[in-house]
Formats: sequence, C-alpha cells, structure tokens
Amino acid sequence: MLAFILRRLAQAALVMLTVGLIAFSLFRFVGDPVLFMLGQEATPEDRTRLTLLLGLDQPFYVQYAGFVARAVQGEFGISLRQVRPVSGMILERLPATLELALVAAVLALVAGIVMGVYTALRRNSWFSQALLALSLIGVSLPTFLIGILLILVFAVLLGWLPSFGRGETVDLGWWSTGFLTASGLKALILPSITLGLFQMTLIQRLVRTEMLEVLRTDYIKFARARGLSDRAVHFRHALKNTLVPVITITGLQLGAIIAFAIITETVFQWPGMGLLFIQSVQFADIPVMAAYLCLIALFFVVINLVVDLLYYAVDPRLRIDRAAAAH
Amino acid sequence: MKLKHWLFAALAAFAASGAAQAVTLKWAAQNDVLTLDPHSQNHATTISLLQHAYEPLVRYDKKFQVEPALAASWQQVSPTQWRFNLRKNVKFHDGSPFSADDVLFSFDRIRQPQGTMQPYVTGVTGVKKVDDHTVDFTLAGPNPVFLRNLVVFHIMSKTWAAKTKSEKIQDYKANETTFASRNANGTGAYLIKSWEPDKRIVLAANPNWWDKREGNVTEVIYTPIKADATRIAALLSGDVDLVTDLPTQDVARLRQDAKLKILDGAENRTIFIAPDVGSAELKYADVKGKNPFKDLRVRRALNLAVDRESIRRVTMRGLSIPGGLMIAPNVHGYAQDIDRVPPFDPDGAKKLLAEAGYANGFEFTLNCPNNRYVNDEEICQALVAMWARIGLRARLVAENMGPFIAKVQNFDTSAYMLGWGVATFDALYMLQALARTRTTGADGSFNFSRVSDAKLDQLIDAMKVEMDAKKRDALIRDALITVRDQHYFVPLHYQLRPWAMKKNVATVYRANDAPESRFARVD
Repeated sequence: MLAFILRRLAQAALVMLTVGLIAFSLFRFVGDPVLFMLGQEATPEDRTRLTLLLGLDQPFYVQYAGFVARAVQGEFGISLRQVRPVSGMILERLPATLELALVAAVLALVAGIVMGVYTALRRNSWFSQALLALSLIGVSLPTFLIGILLILVFAVLLGWLPSFGRGETVDLGWWSTGFLTASGLKALILPSITLGLFQMTLIQRLVRTEMLEVLRTDYIKFARARGLSDRAVHFRHALKNTLVPVITITGLQLGAIIAFAIITETVFQWPGMGLLFIQSVQFADIPVMAAYLCLIALFFVVINLVVDLLYYAVDPRLRIDRAAAAH
Repeated sequence: MKLKHWLFAALAAFAASGAAQAVTLKWAAQNDVLTLDPHSQNHATTISLLQHAYEPLVRYDKKFQVEPALAASWQQVSPTQWRFNLRKNVKFHDGSPFSADDVLFSFDRIRQPQGTMQPYVTGVTGVKKVDDHTVDFTLAGPNPVFLRNLVVFHIMSKTWAAKTKSEKIQDYKANETTFASRNANGTGAYLIKSWEPDKRIVLAANPNWWDKREGNVTEVIYTPIKADATRIAALLSGDVDLVTDLPTQDVARLRQDAKLKILDGAENRTIFIAPDVGSAELKYADVKGKNPFKDLRVRRALNLAVDRESIRRVTMRGLSIPGGLMIAPNVHGYAQDIDRVPPFDPDGAKKLLAEAGYANGFEFTLNCPNNRYVNDEEICQALVAMWARIGLRARLVAENMGPFIAKVQNFDTSAYMLGWGVATFDALYMLQALARTRTTGADGSFNFSRVSDAKLDQLIDAMKVEMDAKKRDALIRDALITVRDQHYFVPLHYQLRPWAMKKNVATVYRANDAPESRFARVD
C-alpha cells in the first residue's frame, strides 16, 4: 500500500515537472512581458533595463531551472503584471474557485443521480424524455453560452439574481467564504449551475445506463422473486451497484470542474484562479501561468490518487486479485 | 490605528454631508488595476483609478487645458527652470500636511528604475526646494509641453512612505510587495478604502479635500468585469450605474434602452496603418530587390484605395470619425482645415500604381492586433478587401497584442496597424514617436516603419524646444501637412469610445477614456 502511494507520488512529481516544462516553453510564444509592463511609449533603454532586472535575458533553461528550484520551496516568484508574490495571489483566489467547484460538483452529483435514477426507472414517461432532451442541451451547449443565457434570463429579464461577482464574502482567516452571506449564496447559483451542468448531464446519463444494466441482472430478478419491495430493490440493491463507476467519474470530473472553471469565472467575473489565469495570459505573466498550470496538474494528480485509493477500498475484488498475485 | 483613521474619516464625511445619504456610483470597466502604487505601472486603468486618490502638481481641466492642482501657481524663471508655488493647507488622507519635501521625495521615487512612470518626468534634471511651499524644477532643455507631462506625476507623502517602509516602489528580487502597492494615501478627492483584486475597489469622498467636487458622488464602487456580455448585462440588470469599454456591437442597442443613456465622446487616439517606407527591400513582398512603399505614388494609392466611410458605417457601426491626420481633433495642433480625408478613389489608385510600375500590384503582409483596438481585426480584413480591388495582395496576420507587437518591434513586418493615443494632448508626442528618424530615447521610439525625412526631423527637433506658442504651432502644422502629403501612414479614423450609464447619472466625458468621479452626479 505504502509502496503504491510512493510510486504514485513519484509519478506525480514527474508529471508536474513535465507540465511546468511544457508551460514554460509554450509561454515564450505569448509575447514579451516587458512590453506589456512598460507600454507602447517606453524607450528601448527602459526595456533593456527591465529585461535585465527580471532575468528575462537569460536562456530559457536557466529560467526554468530557477523556476523549479523556487517552486519546490513553494515560491513561484513575482507576478509581472501585479508585482506581487504569485503564491499569495493564487492563495487569495483559491477559496473562490474551490467553493464554486464544490457547489457545482455537489449539484452535479445530487441532481445527476436523482435524474439518472428517475429516467432509468420511468423509462417511458414524458418527463424522463424531457429530462433526456434537456441533458442533450447540457452536453452540447458551450459553457459560456449557458452562462450568458442564464444571466440574460435570471439577471437581466427577471432581475432575481446578480449578473456577476461573488457577492459579500466573510473572511475566516485567509479563507474568504461566500457561504455565510445571503448575497454570497445568491451569487453562487448561476455560476455553479453553469459550471456543473455538463457534469450533471454526464452523471445522469451514466447512472441511467448503469441502472438499466443492473436492473437486468440476475440478482435483481432474484431480489424481486424474494418479494422485496420495489424501493428496496431499486435503492438498496440496484443503485448501490451503479455507484462504483460514478465515483470514478465524479472524482475525475472534479479535476475537470476546477480546471474548466476558467470559462465560467470569466463569464461571471468570479474572482477565482481561472480569471487570474486568463488575465495573466493576456499580459504574458509567465510566473502566474506556470504556477497555475502546476497547481491544476497537482489537483489532477491528487484526485487521481484518491480515486485509486477509493477504488481499492470500495471494490473488494481488487484487493483479492492483488493478494492472489502476491502468492 | 488604520481602523481608527477610517472611522474618523467616515464620521467626518458623515458630518460634512449634513447626515445626507451616501451617493454611490457603481462603475464597471474591463480591467482591474495592477497596483495602488502611483509610481509603479504606466497602465491606463491603474492611472484612471489612482487619479482619484493621488494628485499631480498640475491637472487637466474639462477641456484638457492645464490648471493648478497641488501647485497653486507657477512661473518660468528661465527657459529651463520652472518655479511652482505649492498649495498651502493641503493634507494627505492620513492627515499629514503636504509640503515641498513630498514633491522632492515623489520625484526621486518615480525615477526609481523598478517603476515604469519615468517618461512623465523625462527631461527634468533636478528638483530643488526653495522653501516649504516652493520648488524649482530644472530641465535639460526648454520644453513647451513640460506641464502636460506632469499631469500623471502623482505626489506621495514622504512621512507616510517612511512610516510604511514604502520608499522603494518594488524590489523584484526581494519577492515581496511594498505597503504602498496595496494601500493608497494621496491628497485627492477620494480615498481608496479597499481593493479586492478582480472584485471591487471602494472609494470614499475625501471630506478634507482642498477643492470642491462638482458632482455629488460620495462613494464609488469600481468593478472590473472582463467579459463584454457580462459587463453589459450588469448595466442592463441595474447592478452597475456606469460602464466604460463598451463593445461596439452593443452600443446601438443600449441607445434604444429607455433606462439608459450613452455619453458619446472621441478618444484621443488615431488608428492607422504604417507601411515600411524605409527598408531597401520590402519584407514578405513578391517584389524583390526594392521597396514599393518608398514610392510616394504607391503610398498615395494605399490611401486612395481605402473607403473610410464604409469602415465607419459597417465595421465600426458609426463609432469612428474618419480622419486624414495622425492626431485626433482633441489634440493640440489639430486643425480642421488640414484634416483632409483622402477621397475614396480606387481608379485613381490603380492609375498611380501603374505609373509606379506596379500595374499588376504586388504582395505584402499586413500585421494586425486582434485584441487591442476597437474591432482591430475586422478593420484589417476590410482593408485587405479594399486593397485587393486595386491589385494589392495583402496577407493578413492577425494576432494577440503580445506576438504582434514583438514582430513590429523587430521590424519583422511589411505593414502594420497601430493606434496611437496622445497622453500629453500635444502633437509633438505623436510626431516624435512615429515620424522622427529613430535614434535614441523618445526620438522615433515607435517608428518601426522606418520613416526618415530630414525636413520632418528638423521641424520636430525645432518644436521640442520652441517656447513661442505661435511659432511652435506653425512648426506643428507644417509637420502634420508633410506627414499627410508624403502619405507616410494610412490614417483610418479617430476612435470613439462612448460610455453607457443609467439615466440618473451625469458626468463629463474624458477623452483619455478615464472617468473622473469628481465630475459625476447621481440623482
């Protein structure tokens, strides 16, 4: 078990180094940050001076080595755009993104499972058909369009919900939360629906297919033959067995939700990491972009690890196989 | 300590307003500020917010003429020495008094190499304290636009900087931020109460301001909203009162909205194309061994082939003023009678090309940004089509500002689009950067199309030091006409940048696209 975790951690480090390297080499094509910092009207002497000051004259591999050396110590250098430590900037944005991702994930999971079960059990009802049609829209419409449509309906036409931002937040230490104020909760509704809609429809369809599959198996027939109530058959026997793949998918999708929050955050001016990233790209703020990509890579790696471990815990067959192989 | 200070300020504001309700202006634009340090970043949005809190010695009035601010008056002791009499009884937001020491300190601070604001004090060799309320500026040479440069030279309190250890703008190597980059303490009409990056900036009226606010706004909440559609939605839903950085396609619709009004205004920016007129061989062209743009007839053909009216009507949806000069109407030196928009004459252009020996046209590359100016890429697409009609085959390369500008600055282009705003509201700024032969410093600093004209150089160098206004205006006029008649550039239009607001908001349009809340009223 320990060896397994250690091996995964080593792989994770390799993945992150690679991500960092790719990120760093890609960003050289975004443009010269010095130009953005000084603006059009600066003199060539000013530019040379700042380039030297920032160490941007050094070859690419020297810059990258310096970046890795600092990153290991949790330091990502100074943002070229805001002239602040990158680690502080990311930490400041982390709560907003994580809260949004969490709400979106919970929403996707709960609504997805409920809708999935319903559409599996009442396969032919018109409501199921409607839900399926709706889920098709969720899968096929791009996030930014959904966001804009929701804003149009609920903020502009109906005026029920705010069109942008995070509302009032409360600081709990360094963590700023929007869960504790009415405006903060209201502001969460539209972005979290936008962000979680794709995952919700994905889970709904997954649960539905799995459930239909399971309902056809022998043990369900036996359970029915034993005279168990529909309720027990559906929820205690069938649903439980559909959840194993759902856990895997949800875990992996959580990473995707955090990473793809970029678009939702831009549409709703949600002050999270994604918005920070987008603005850094436009400014060629290399330290921030590199740090963000490494962080996202870290999220994916950690989530994958946790999912693997969960799988290990949930599915007894894995343990048995491994034990058998050892003999 | 800080809390106490704010409480006091709030109480004072409350008392001063006679217990009246706070009048809040909610303003949204595209970008956030980069820092609250007034000497750090030469960035339009940052400056437009910071000018609420920090003040210069002289500022622009409503018509962009220079008027007294922290300097109550000034005189020129000699062509290279200016004496400023500082305003008395002015206090910074923290209560410390304003004096000559703060000017000296700010001058040293803005010149620190970590900042990017030195251009605003270039040519100033030293500042000397005469007494507590008098300072002398010494210049390297006579400078007729000296005062106009100073409008963004913001004054910071020396004692506050010492107390908060903010004497240095920023030390990139030390990996930490200074207090002044997150807190502001100026003398201006508003104090900055809080800044939450990408969320909001809250400004409160300064009850002890030396001047009177024309408007009634006592609180400003600035929100950066990156996405165009969301910014407009925020205005339509009533979440904000004033929106700048309007997307052109929405302006017509916003005009129709009964709850809103549009404040029209022209920015001080010219959008133009700069063909490489200097290289011996034109890059990326199928004409080898020579440069067609060196030929005046070809350059004239470029100008005649452009249908500026169509660009205004279709591409810009009415939000531009077609122009023939390289400076906008609100810039000093502009004159209606010399702003002759080249007529749209494709046949004439074709004839000129044939005369120059390019009857079959030629090929070249047109580099354009696609995220910098209003509808930049679309304008370039239109140009490609218009030039195609006279046989010129322009290959369009539209990119983000970053890679685009890198190419331009490496002269890796045969023609490019640029927009030039004039911070000093004086023609010299444009002529010196774009039309002066490139040497060092500000001379030709953005002349990447290799314009080099002995007559222009002479005129520009003369207007740099000519203190007689009449003579200088004649020099500017002569230079502008030369640039126009030599067709060194293809000026397209002056950009319009309207602001949209609720019906109950009134303010003064600023041609630098930076709203000043002291002019704003919310009723």
